[in-house]
Amino acid sequence: MLELYGQQVSSRLLLGTALYPSPAIMAEAIKASGVDIVTVSLRRETSGGKAGGQFWSLIQSLGVHVLPNTAGCHSVKEAVTTARMAREVFATNWIKLEVIGNHDTLQPDVFGLVEAAKILSAEGFEVFPYTTDDLVVAERLLDAGCKVLMPWCAPIGSARGPQNLDALRSLRGHFPGVPLIVDAGIGRPSHAATVMELGYDAVLLNTAVAKAGDPVAMAAAFGKAVEAGRQAFLAGPLEPRDMAVPSTPVIGMAAFS
Amino acid sequence: MKLTVNGENHEVASGTLAALLAELDYEGGWLATALNGEVVPAKERDGCALADGDRIEILAPMKGG
Repeated sequence: MLELYGQQVSSRLLLGTALYPSPAIMAEAIKASGVDIVTVSLRRETSGGKAGGQFWSLIQSLGVHVLPNTAGCHSVKEAVTTARMAREVFATNWIKLEVIGNHDTLQPDVFGLVEAAKILSAEGFEVFPYTTDDLVVAERLLDAGCKVLMPWCAPIGSARGPQNLDALRSLRGHFPGVPLIVDAGIGRPSHAATVMELGYDAVLLNTAVAKAGDPVAMAAAFGKAVEAGRQAFLAGPLEPRDMAVPSTPVIGMAAFS
Repeated sequence: MKLTVNGENHEVASGTLAALLAELDYEGGWLATALNGEVVPAKERDGCALADGDRIEILAPMKGG
């Protein structure tokens, strides 16, 4: 079982709730993948609007944990205020902390991220920081009070898959006891399996499922890939070798010449 | 009184945040509010007095990644 801030969850896949063709397909995808945690956000409600309430009722009916995000926040102040408002609405100390530093790459402003993580941790928040794969930033986030780290493996929504396996390996090696969740950049189930085989604890994705031709089937495929990758990690994968090594016994070969 | 609500200008009669929500037809336990960048918890909206020029944000749960 995966434990995140004292909460045990059985699924190692976390799903976003945006970009699906319809709310019904989103709900089906969440069920098909077997996830325990979904991410949500806070946005302006229109006067007289009920959109937020309808969405929230649907999410609550699915019986999953919610991880509110601070998506789109570009400053510490914005992210901290959004987190406080999210705690009020969603009644959870969990927050997926995003402080965006660049419009084109949507990469985190890691300096603002560390500052915001410090403020929120001191206020009792349980911070899931969306960060890069930088080792020193990871250390600072842990110092700030984070007990889970969520490095990207490629830019949000890019579907490129792991761009720097060495950095991901290095993070895993340095923090054996810290739950590490790859957040952002996963495009295919094989990408998810790859990072799980490295020993990552979980994978968080959204676009790769929501924008697939069949989001429900893709959600199920990701569920299987994450499980397969985890099982493979625990089973101890073979390391690559430079030369061929025969698998069939050489001893006992017939001699025909 | 002139206020900015979710980025739009409004001329309203309400003197408190709770009254403003009712006046602008906002209802539901899922709403989060902020006044001039500071969070106002639901239980404090009754006592939250508004002044000319205040900026109010009214947020609700929405899909997110």
